[in-house]
Amino acid sequence: MTILELTPLVFLISALAGFLGALTGLGGAVVVTPALTLLLGVDLRYAIGASLVSVIATSSGSAAAYLREGFSNMGVGMFLEIATTLGAVFGAFLSARTPTATLAVVFGIILAHAAWQSRREPRDQISTEADRLATRLKLDGSYPTAGGLERYHVRRVKLGFGLMFGAGTVSGLLGVGSGPLKVIAMDQAMRIPFKVSTTTSNFMIGVTAAASAGIYLRRGYIDPGLAMPVMLGVLAGSLLGARQLMGARTRVLRKVFGVVVAVMAFEMIFNGIRGTI
Amino acid sequence: MTLTDERMERILANLLRTSVFLSAAVVAAGGACYLIQHGTEPVSYRHFQPTLYRSVSSVALGVGHGHCLAVIQLGLLLLIATPVARVAASVVAFGVERDRTYVTVSLIVLLILLCSLILMR
Repeated sequence: MTILELTPLVFLISALAGFLGALTGLGGAVVVTPALTLLLGVDLRYAIGASLVSVIATSSGSAAAYLREGFSNMGVGMFLEIATTLGAVFGAFLSARTPTATLAVVFGIILAHAAWQSRREPRDQISTEADRLATRLKLDGSYPTAGGLERYHVRRVKLGFGLMFGAGTVSGLLGVGSGPLKVIAMDQAMRIPFKVSTTTSNFMIGVTAAASAGIYLRRGYIDPGLAMPVMLGVLAGSLLGARQLMGARTRVLRKVFGVVVAVMAFEMIFNGIRGTI
Repeated sequence: MTLTDERMERILANLLRTSVFLSAAVVAAGGACYLIQHGTEPVSYRHFQPTLYRSVSSVALGVGHGHCLAVIQLGLLLLIATPVARVAASVVAFGVERDRTYVTVSLIVLLILLCSLILMR
């Protein structure tokens, strides 16, 4: 294929992935990597490098919209970024020492989990008890609800911190944002309201990705010829998708997309085990 | 959340957005140049071979020679720098608020980011 043929194709696939990723909350990067490797036979390392860059673009590009709603907790985000960035450096370090076939299997598992996670109905378990460490770090906050501003206490800070290190490792290992894992750490472990967790996670994703981007760059994973249509495509698609999210009914689309993601996850695991990736 | 927090967040958010769109514009410009100059050449990403532009200095050199791929990579470097700039801005913002705990926290994050960008191989 010539550059003029491949580039628009990669752009379209990335835009579609970004659109559906934003619509379902899965994120575009976690979808674009298997799409590129399975559909176009792109080497996993190139795909991971290009998708990591698009993670930074979508996270930073959409952070502004989320911030305006006054949902995210900057303190929690900044504190947990210590864990995610350390994890991301560790993950990027591991990534170079892991065979591509193994990476593909891990990717499939993370993808399947993300799809499963996105089906979950959010249910807040707001804690009324204060946590000593959380108080000292001034992590508690408030968020707007139907009945006005509501305060919440942050719990189990150490557990959340540990889980965030894991989320960062996955991000650095696979070049994804690992938003679903970050949300679990915040809303399940630390009892932060779901809405606050998702928006704070989105804010953290870009910083986490930047921590492994330098390592990817130096290893030559970020190929400009491929990263260009991927980054522009995912960014355009996710901005469109975020706009759609506000109004349109998306239930059917989400279901169809869920099946597509499940198939991709299976294919990644299958190809990884067979060693054909 | 206090009023100053909200104002600070808004300023940071706008900084992020502007920076992302600026880098996207640079990537798009480099991309257009790349397609015009090399569009008819064959390409495949099936086999991994580390790209030429792996450091700031090689990108700067490439841009100096007017290489389109280096311009794309320059845009991507700008993009990678965006979250780093955001954390640096937070250090200053927390400093203005005299919030010593969070000046320390954001300084640690900044340090990890800078180490990963500069030192790690």
